[in-house]
Amino acid sequence: MRTDAGTGARRPREISYAQAVREALREELRRDSRVFLMGEDVGIYGGTFGVSAGLFEEFGSDRILDTPISEAVLAGAAAGAALTGTRPVVEIPFSDFLTLALDQIGNQAAKMRYMFGGAVRVPLVVRSPAGSGTGAGAQHSQSQEALFCHFPGLKVAVPSTPYDAKGLLKTAVRDDNPVVFLEQKLLYKVSGPVPEEEYLLPFGKADVKRAGSDLTIVTWGRMVGLCLEAAERLAAEGISAEVVDPRTLVPLDSGAIVSSVAKTGRLLIVHEAVRTGGFGGEIAAIVADSAAFPLLKAPIRRVAGFDIPIPYSPVLERNAVPTPERIEAAARDLVGRTATV
Amino acid sequence: MIDPSSAADIATAAEAGTRLGYPESVLEDLYVRMLRIRLFEEEIHYHMSRGRIHGTTHLYVGQEAVAAGAAANLSDRDYITSTHRCHGHAIAKGTDLGSLAAEMFGKRAGVCGGKGGSMHLADPARGNLGGTGIVGGGIPIAVGAALSIRRLRQDRVVVCFFGDGAMNEGAFHESANLASVWGLPVLFLCENNQYGVSTHVSRSTNLEDLSIRASGYGIPGRKVDGMDVLAVYEAVRDAIAYVKTRGPLLLVAQTYRFLGHSKSDANVYRTEEEIAAWRRRDPIPGFRDRLLAEGSFREDRLSDLEEEVRREVDAAFRYAQACEEPGPEDLLGDVYAD
Ligand SMILES: Cc1ncc(C[n+]2csc(CCOP(=O)(O)OP(=O)(O)O)c2C)c(N)n1
Ligand SMILES: [Mg+2]
Repeated sequence: MRTDAGTGARRPREISYAQAVREALREELRRDSRVFLMGEDVGIYGGTFGVSAGLFEEFGSDRILDTPISEAVLAGAAAGAALTGTRPVVEIPFSDFLTLALDQIGNQAAKMRYMFGGAVRVPLVVRSPAGSGTGAGAQHSQSQEALFCHFPGLKVAVPSTPYDAKGLLKTAVRDDNPVVFLEQKLLYKVSGPVPEEEYLLPFGKADVKRAGSDLTIVTWGRMVGLCLEAAERLAAEGISAEVVDPRTLVPLDSGAIVSSVAKTGRLLIVHEAVRTGGFGGEIAAIVADSAAFPLLKAPIRRVAGFDIPIPYSPVLERNAVPTPERIEAAARDLVGRTATV
Repeated sequence: MIDPSSAADIATAAEAGTRLGYPESVLEDLYVRMLRIRLFEEEIHYHMSRGRIHGTTHLYVGQEAVAAGAAANLSDRDYITSTHRCHGHAIAKGTDLGSLAAEMFGKRAGVCGGKGGSMHLADPARGNLGGTGIVGGGIPIAVGAALSIRRLRQDRVVVCFFGDGAMNEGAFHESANLASVWGLPVLFLCENNQYGVSTHVSRSTNLEDLSIRASGYGIPGRKVDGMDVLAVYEAVRDAIAYVKTRGPLLLVAQTYRFLGHSKSDANVYRTEEEIAAWRRRDPIPGFRDRLLAEGSFREDRLSDLEEEVRREVDAAFRYAQACEEPGPEDLLGDVYAD
C-alpha cells in the first residue's frame, strides 16, 4: 500500500502485467539460488517483450542465460536441469514456438515422473506469451492452452491480471512439476493493483472476478477483461453476470465453476483459442456431468475464436477472436431465451 | 567431400591393442558388466519369445562393450541419459537386476513401478536419468543435467548415449551446439550400430565417419572400436577428463547389434554373412580370450565369475516373476509431485 501524497489515503500500488511477472521472477531468483532464467535474448536485451529487463544486471550471466535459437534443447535442458537439482524458468518468445519444444515438454518433462514410477521431480516453468492482437499474423498469435492441458503431468496457468500473474508465477516456480505459464501479450502493458508485500496464489483455485446471479461466464487470460466490460454493460440492461476465472486450467477448480452455475443456472464459456478442441468444451462437459446440470435453465454456450488461423488484417484479426459484442450478444441470448420460455 | 581421416584423435582398436596393463579388479569389472547385460538380455529374449513379457523390446546384444566400458568410468553421482535400447545402460550403471527384470514383467516392484517398461528404465539414485521412446529425446536432457552440474559447481559428468539414427534428429544438433557454446560437462556418446531400424547409416548420412560432425559444433570428435571394451574404457576415460575441464566431446563407438531392431524384426535388410562377420568380433568372448592370453585370469576363475552372474540373473528373473502385479490403486499416482 502506498500513501497518496495529497489526501493521505492508502491505495494499492498499480504496476503493469509485465512488471508483475518481472517482480515474481526477481523475488524468486533472490529467494532461491537454484532458480535461473534462460531463453532467447532474455539477458541484456531484456526479453522479446521486455519482461526480464534489469534481471541480467542484478543476477548476471550465471542466472540469466541467453541461449541460441533452439527451443527443443531449451525445454529439454530445462527438464534435465530440473531432474538434477536446479529450478529453471524458460522463456519462449511467442507461445506459437512451443510446438518446436513440444516433444521435450509433452513427451519428456510431462511424462517422466509417471514413467519412472514417481522417482523424479521436474520443477520447471516454461513461460510464453500467447494471444492475438499484435498484427503479427498466424504464427505469432495463437492461443494453445488446450494443447498443454492434454498432457497429464503438466500444469497450465493463464493469468488475466498483474496480481494473478505475479502470485501464480511465484507458485509456479516453487511447484515441483513442469508448469506451462501462458502470459498474455496484449496485457503486458495493462496495469492493475499489486501489493508491495509478498504473496502467492494457489493453483487450482478459481477467482470470482465479478459476482452475479443471472449467468456464469467462465473465462481466462485476456478474455477476462473483455468479459468484465461486457458484464458492466449487461448490468446496465439488468442482466447480472458472474465472471469466474479459473486462473489455472490444470489443475482446474471445477468445484467453483459448478457451484457458480448451480447458482445462476446459465453458463457461457469465453476463450480466445479456437472453438474446436478448445478447453471450453471440457468445461461444458464437466458442468454437463455435474450436479449443476439439472439446474441449467438454458443450453451451455461457448464464445470462442473462430476455427481459423489468426489473420493479419486488423479488421479480420479483431473479429477472429471473441469481441465484446459477441460476448454480450451471447449473454443476452442465454438470458433472453429462458426469459421467453 | 570432407576427408574422414582429418578427424581428431581417432582411437582405434589396434592402438588400444593388447596393453591390458590394468589391475585385475578393473578387468574383472568390465567383464562382469558385459556378462550381466548379455545374460540378462538373453533371458528377456527367452521370456519375450514365449509371450511372458508383453510389449516390445530393443535388445543390446553385441553392443555390451560400449555401456560397460563407459559406465566403468562413472560413479553413482555421474549421470547418464539413455535411449529406447536402454537395458544395457541401466545394468552397466549398476541398477539391481531384480528390479530391472521386475520392470520388464510390469511388476510393482520394478525400478519404475511397472509404469515405464522396456524403453523407460530410469534410476535417478544411480544417476540414470532414464531411457526414452523418442529417438534423440534424451539428448537435450543430458545438456540440462550438465547445466545443473555447472550451476551447482559439482564434480560430475554426464554421458549421453544415443544411436547413429538419433544423430539426424534436430535435438542432437541443438544440444551439441548449446553444450558447446556453454562448455558443459557432457560426453555425447554415439553408438553407431550401423542401423536405425533397417536403414544403414550410409543411407542416412553421407559421412564415413560420424565423429567429424563434431567440428560443426567446435568440439572434438573421436571414434573408438565399440567391440573392444578396453578401448571404450580408455576412450571414455580420456574423454571424461577432457569434458570435465573443457566442455563437450563427441565420441562415436563403432558397434553392431546382433539381434533384430526390436521384437518384430525379421532381419531382411542385412545378410547372414554381415551378421556373422560382426559376431566373430563379439566383445565378450573376445575379451575373455584376451584375459586368458594375457595370463591375467585362469579358466576356472572366469568360469566361477560366469557362474556367479548366471545365478544372479536367474535369481533376478525368479524374483521378478514372483513379484506382485500393480493394482488399480497404482494407476493414477505419480503423475504430479505434491
Ligand atoms: C522420434 C522418433 N522417431 C522414430 C521412432 C521409431 N524408432 C524407434 S528406434 C528407431 C531407430 C533408432 O536408430 P538409432 O538411433 O540408430 O538407435 P538403435 O535403434 O540403432 O539403437 C526408430 C526409427 C521413434 N521411436 N522416435
Ligand atoms: Mg543405430
